[in-house]
Amino acid sequence: MSNTLLWYTTRGAGAVTLILLSAVVMLGVLSALRAQSPSWPRFLTTGLHRNLALLTLVFLALHIVTAVVDPFTHLGWLAAVVPFSSYYRTFWLGLGVIAFELLAAIVVTSLARGFIGHGAWRAIHWLAYASWPIGVIHGLGTGTDAWSAWFFVLTAACVAAVAVSVVYRFTTGPRDPLATARTAFRSAVERRKES
Amino acid sequence: MKKELHISIDRIKCDGHGLCGEILPELIRLDDWGYPIIAPGPIPEQLMPLAQRAMADCPVLAIALRRTERHKPAAG
Amino acid sequence: MSHLRLLAGRDLMAGPEGLNEHHRRLGPLPAGGPELIDLLTRTGLTGRGGASFPLGLKWRSVATHSRGTAVVVANGAEGEPHSKKDRLLMTARPHLILDGAFLAARAVRAKQVVLYVGEDHHAARQSMSMALAERSEEERRLVRTVASPARYVAGDSSAAAHFANAGIATPTSTPPSPHESGVDGAPTLVQNVESLAHAALIARHGETWYRSAGRRGAAGTLLVTMSGGVAGPGVLEIEAGTTIAEAVEMAGGASEPAGAVLVGGYFGSWVNAQQAWELQLDAAALRTRGLSLGCGVIGVLAKRRCGVCETAGIMRYLAAESSAQCGPCFFGLRALADACSRVAERGSNPDDLHRLHRWANEVSGRGACHHPDGAVMFLQSALKTFSDDFTHHPAHWRAQVPGAKRPA
Repeated sequence: MSNTLLWYTTRGAGAVTLILLSAVVMLGVLSALRAQSPSWPRFLTTGLHRNLALLTLVFLALHIVTAVVDPFTHLGWLAAVVPFSSYYRTFWLGLGVIAFELLAAIVVTSLARGFIGHGAWRAIHWLAYASWPIGVIHGLGTGTDAWSAWFFVLTAACVAAVAVSVVYRFTTGPRDPLATARTAFRSAVERRKES
Repeated sequence: MKKELHISIDRIKCDGHGLCGEILPELIRLDDWGYPIIAPGPIPEQLMPLAQRAMADCPVLAIALRRTERHKPAAG
Repeated sequence: MSHLRLLAGRDLMAGPEGLNEHHRRLGPLPAGGPELIDLLTRTGLTGRGGASFPLGLKWRSVATHSRGTAVVVANGAEGEPHSKKDRLLMTARPHLILDGAFLAARAVRAKQVVLYVGEDHHAARQSMSMALAERSEEERRLVRTVASPARYVAGDSSAAAHFANAGIATPTSTPPSPHESGVDGAPTLVQNVESLAHAALIARHGETWYRSAGRRGAAGTLLVTMSGGVAGPGVLEIEAGTTIAEAVEMAGGASEPAGAVLVGGYFGSWVNAQQAWELQLDAAALRTRGLSLGCGVIGVLAKRRCGVCETAGIMRYLAAESSAQCGPCFFGLRALADACSRVAERGSNPDDLHRLHRWANEVSGRGACHHPDGAVMFLQSALKTFSDDFTHHPAHWRAQVPGAKRPA
C-alpha cells in the first residue's frame, strides 16, 4: 500500500474518531439530562450513544492499524498498546494509547455489564469520559497537520460543542427526582456517634 | 417445555428513566411520576426480544427477567 | 386466676425485674436447642412485630440456612407511634427478652445477638443495658446493642439488618431477604421482642401451658396498646380471643361514644365501632375478617371526631416517613396524603375521590418494602369505613364559621 494513502487514512480516521467520540460524549450528556421529545424517545439517545461508540472503535482501529503498518512511523504493534513506548512523538502518541485503552475498557465492560454489576461498570464508564480530552490533546500534539486550518477548526468545533453540553449538564440540577429526598432521609437514619 | 418468564423490577435501583416504557408499552406503562407499572403474568413469546431489549437498555440495570413472579416476603 | 404471663411478677411501675428475681420467679434458663423450633411450631405462636408470621417457620428457615454463623436481631425499635408495648416490656421485664434472644440463638445456631432499641427510648435502653450487665460473661460476649433511628421504617426487618451492617436504617431490596443474608451477610432472624419473651416462657412451661390461656378457641396471651378515646389508655396483656369490647372495658371503657376503631395501628385498618366491638383480638381470627393485628395498637376514635381529618393526618405522617428510595412510594403516598388533606380542608370533590382510588391501586406493591402497601390498605379501609364522610365532607372553614364568605 502506498505510504501516502496510509498516511492520509491514519489522519482521516483520526479526525472521524474525534468527531464520533465528541458525538458520543454529547449523547451521554443528553442521556443524563433525560432529554426527550415526542419525536426523540429516550431509547434513541441510548441506542445512538452505544452504536456510535462502537463505530468510534472501528475508526479508531483503522487509525491505529494504518499508523502501525506505515513504514514511515517505525511504530511496532507494542507501541499501540504500551503507552509512551514509541520513539516517534513519544508523549503525544502515548496519550493516544491511553485514550484508546480507556475506550476499549468501557466497550468490553459494557458488553459484559450483566456479569460485573452496575457499580463497577459506572466507575469504568466515568473513567472512560477522560478518553475524550486525552484524545483531543493527542490529536493536537501528534498530527503533523494539527495546526493546519481544517484540523484546527474541526477540533475547535468539537471542543466547543462538548464543552457547552458538559457545562450545561453540571449547571442543571439532578434529574433523578428522588435525589434530594433520598439524601435527606438517609442522613436522618444514619447511625449517630454515641455522645 | 416453554420457559415462562416475568418482568421483575428492583424498585430501589429504578430511578424512573422510563426507557422500558418506551420500548415495551404493551407490558409496561409509566405512572404519573414516570415509574413503571408492569402488567402481571408471563411475557408473551413474541414480546420476548423487546423485553430483553428493555432489560439491556435500562440505565441502572433495574430490570430482570425471572422465572417466577416476585412476591414480597412477610415484613416481620 | 390472673392471665398475666409476660407482665406477671412485680408491679410494672416498680422498675425493671432483676436477674435474681427473674430466676426466683421462673427458674433458670432452659438449655434449649433446635427442638425448641418444633415446640414453637406446635404452639402456633405468631410474631408480634406486625406481620403475625409463625415463629416456628421463621426460625426453621434461618436454621436451615445457618452454618453456625446466623445472627439474631431482637427488634425493639417500635417505630409505630402509638405502640408502647415493646418499650414497656424492655423496661419492666428485660430478662424475658434476653432469655428469648439467647434461646433463639441456640435454636438457629447463631453466634451473634443484636439488640435493636430505639435511640429515643432511654428507659428501655438503660433497662436492657443493666440487665445485660447481670448476665454471664459468655452471654454478654454474644450481644451488641444498636440504637435504632426514630423513624417508622427503621423497624422493618431489612432496615434493621441494613443498619447493623452499614449504619443506615433504610429497607433494602429483596431478594435476598434477611433470613437468607442479613447482618454481615449471614442468615438473620429478626424477631420482635415480645415474640422472644413469649418464646422464653414457652421453652420453660410447654405447649399445654401456652394453650391454657386464651378465649374462644384462641391460644396464649398478647400485649396491646389501647389508645384514643378510652378512659385508661396504655398497654394491656390480654388473652388471645378477647374481643375489642372486652379490651376497651379493661382500659376503663370508652371515654365518650365511639365512631370507629383503628385495628392494628397505622399499618392496620379502620373499622366501624358497631362492627369492631365483637372482633376477637387474635391474629388468625382477624385475618378471616380481612384485618390484621399488626403490632397490637387499638385506637378508639370518638364519634364527634372526623374520620376524614384523622385519616388525612395519618396519611401525611406515613408519606413523610417514606424512605424515598422508590418513586411510587415517595410520590404516590404524598399525592394520596395531599388529596386526603384537600378533601378534609376544602371539602369533597369527585376528582380527588377518583384520584384517591386510582393512585391507591397503582401505588400498592410497587415499592421495595411494605410501607406503601400498609399505607394504601389503611387508606382503603378509611374510604370504606368513612365513605359517607369522604363523599360529603364539607370544607372546614365553612363548618367552623357558618355564613362566612369564601376567601378569594
